[in-house]
Amino acid sequence: MDLHEYQAKEIFRGAGMPVPLGEVATTPEEAEAIARKYDGMTVVKAQVHAGGRGKAGGVKLAKTPEEAREHASNILGMEIKGLTVQKVLVTPAEDIDTEAYCAVLMDRNAQMPMFMVSAEGGVDIEQVAEENPDAIRKLHVDPRYGLLPHQAYWLANTLYDDPGLIKQASKVMTQLYHAFMSANASLAEVNPLITTTSGEVKAIDAKFSVDDNALFRMPEIAAYRDTDAEPQAETEAREAGLTFIKLEGNVGCCVNGAGLAMATMDLVKYYGGEPANFLDIGGSSNPQKVIDALRIITSDPAVKVILFNIFGGITRTDDVANGIVEATKSIDIQVPIVIRLTGTNEEQALEILKNAGFEAYTSMDEVVEKAVELANQA
Amino acid sequence: MSIFIDNDTRLVVQGITGRDGSFHARQMMEYGTNVVAGVTPGKGGQTFEGPDGKQVPIFNAMDEAVSATQANTSVIYVPPAFAAGAVMEAADSGVDFVVAITEGIPVLDMSRAHAYARDKGVRVLGPNCPGLITPGQAKVGILPGQIVTPGPVGLVSRSGTLTYEAVYHLTNAGIGQTTCVGIGGDPLIGTKFVDCLEAFRDDPETKAIVMIGEIGGSDEQDAADYVKEHIDVPVVGFIAGQTAPPGRTMGHAGAIVSGAGGTAAEKMAYFESCGIAVAKRPVEIAQLVQEALQG
Repeated sequence: MDLHEYQAKEIFRGAGMPVPLGEVATTPEEAEAIARKYDGMTVVKAQVHAGGRGKAGGVKLAKTPEEAREHASNILGMEIKGLTVQKVLVTPAEDIDTEAYCAVLMDRNAQMPMFMVSAEGGVDIEQVAEENPDAIRKLHVDPRYGLLPHQAYWLANTLYDDPGLIKQASKVMTQLYHAFMSANASLAEVNPLITTTSGEVKAIDAKFSVDDNALFRMPEIAAYRDTDAEPQAETEAREAGLTFIKLEGNVGCCVNGAGLAMATMDLVKYYGGEPANFLDIGGSSNPQKVIDALRIITSDPAVKVILFNIFGGITRTDDVANGIVEATKSIDIQVPIVIRLTGTNEEQALEILKNAGFEAYTSMDEVVEKAVELANQA
Repeated sequence: MSIFIDNDTRLVVQGITGRDGSFHARQMMEYGTNVVAGVTPGKGGQTFEGPDGKQVPIFNAMDEAVSATQANTSVIYVPPAFAAGAVMEAADSGVDFVVAITEGIPVLDMSRAHAYARDKGVRVLGPNCPGLITPGQAKVGILPGQIVTPGPVGLVSRSGTLTYEAVYHLTNAGIGQTTCVGIGGDPLIGTKFVDCLEAFRDDPETKAIVMIGEIGGSDEQDAADYVKEHIDVPVVGFIAGQTAPPGRTMGHAGAIVSGAGGTAAEKMAYFESCGIAVAKRPVEIAQLVQEALQG
C-alpha cells in the first residue's frame, strides 16, 4: 500500500526525523489558512500516489497565503498520471543549499533491507542511476542486527564532508531505518534530503510503501488507506478478496491464479484482442466470489465479452461450473460469456455449462480466440 | 530419480488440524506421501485420521515430532502471522527441507526467517508457493496429483495454476516429469530457479527442463546465465505478463534497483540469447519439449 507524502512525513516525525511542518488542505481556503500560519514562502504539493508531481505542475511555490490559495485551486482536481488530486500539502519553503537522495527498500536478491544514498539527489535521480550508477552507494542491513552505528556513519559520510552534517545525517539514517522497520515498509524514500543554508539536514519529501501482508498488525497504518485515491473497482475487488487491475481493452478476464491470469491476457493480445482487466479469482469454487468478480468486470462499460479461464487442480471443475451457473443466475449480464474449464471432472463440468446455455471449452487457445472474435464483432 | 522429495521423504505437516492443513494432509497421503507426523500447539497426543483409517500422531512442537518420527521434511499450512516463526522452528528441529505454502506472510518476517534457515543449512521452498511433486513417489504442498506422470522432464515455475496448465499439456502429450517445483511468487523466496536448475543438473533422469517465469525481478536472468554455463539438457522457457501494464510504482528506488530487464519481452529475449527455447503460448511448452527430446 502506497502512502501519501503527508502520511509518510507523520511516520518520519514519529521516528524523530527532521521534517518541516505542514498540513493538508482539501479546499483552496484551507490552503490559504494553513499558509497564513507560517512566516514567509510556502510550497503547495499535490498528494497523489504518483511520481513526477513536480514535472506535472503539482508542486508550486507561493510567496503569500493568497498565492497558496490560488495554487491550491489549480492543483486540486488536477489529473496526474490518471489520478485526480484531492488533497494538497501546504508546507513552509526551505532555504536549500544541497540536495541528496536516500532510501531504504527490501532487496529481493539479498533478502534484506538495503540503503541507497547519493549526494546527487533531486528530481533527476533516475538519470543519475542510468548515467553514473557509481554515484549511488548501496548498503545492506542484516535485520537481525539492525543498522549498526558505523554503517549509519558510512552512509552519512558518503553524502557530506562537513562533520556537523555527517553527525546529523547519521542520526537521520538510523531514524529512517527505524521508520522503515516499524512500519513494515517495502520502500521509504527521501528525495531530496536537503541541507539548508543555515546548516541543517532535513527530509523535505517522502515516498513510502507498506507491505500489505503486515497491515493486520498495524491498524494505525492500515487506517491511512485512501480509497478515494484508487479506482473504485479496485477497492471493491480488494474488499471481496480478489486481485483486480483495470486495463484499457474490452475482453473481461476472470482467471484462477495470477500466473495463468497474466498468460490469459497475453493470449488475448496474441489473438488480436485487448484485455479489459487482470482478475485473479483465487482457488475456490465459492459462487459469491464469482458473483463479485462478474459485478466488478461488468461495471466497466467497455467490456464486450467475459472470458473465464479456470484450471481445476484440487478444486473439482464440476464444482466450479456449478458455481458459475449459480452466480450468473443472480446477476444480470448483457454481454456473452465464454468459459474454459480444465482439470478434474472436466467432462461433467462441460456438460453442466452447456446445459445452462454457455459456450464451454477445454482448450485455452480456442476459448481466447472465441472471446476475441466476439469482442471484435460487438 | 527426482529432486528434493522422493520415496524416502518423511513428512511432518505443521498446522495439520487447520482447514487447509487437514485437507491437504489427506490429499498428500492419498497420493502416497509418507506423512509421519503433524504439529499443532496444544493438540499434542491426539491423532489425525488420514485416508483408509491411517492414524498420524500430532505433537505440540517440531522437535518432539522429529525426534519421535525421524521426519526429514516439513510442510507449513500455518496462518500468516505465525508462519515465519514456524519456518524457524522447523529449521531448528532437524529437518533439512521446509516447504512453506502459506500466502500473505509479512516480508520482513521472512527476511529474518530466510537468514535463520540459511545459517542452519536448511532449504526453504516458498513461501506462497504450491509446493512440489515427484510423480509416483511423493507430493508436498497443494499441487494436483492427478495431472502429473513419471517421466524425463524437470519443471520449475513461479506460478501455480500456470504450472498446472503446462504440466497438463506435457502429460497429455505423453511426456512425464521427474519433479515439478513451484518456487512461489513472494518477493523473498528460499529456493530460486538457479537452485532447482542445479538440482536437476545433478539428476541423471532429467533429460529436459521447463522453466516458467513472470515479469519483475531478475531471477529469470540469473537462471538463464546458469543454463548457459552449466546445463547440458535442453531447456524450454515461458514468461507470463507480456501485456501487464507498468505499475504505478512509487518513488525511484524500485526502478533504480531492477533497472531494465524486468519486462516479459526483455526476459524472453534474454532466455533466447542463452540458448533457451521460448514458448509464446502455454500450449507451445509441451510442443517445444517434445521437439527437444526427439532432436
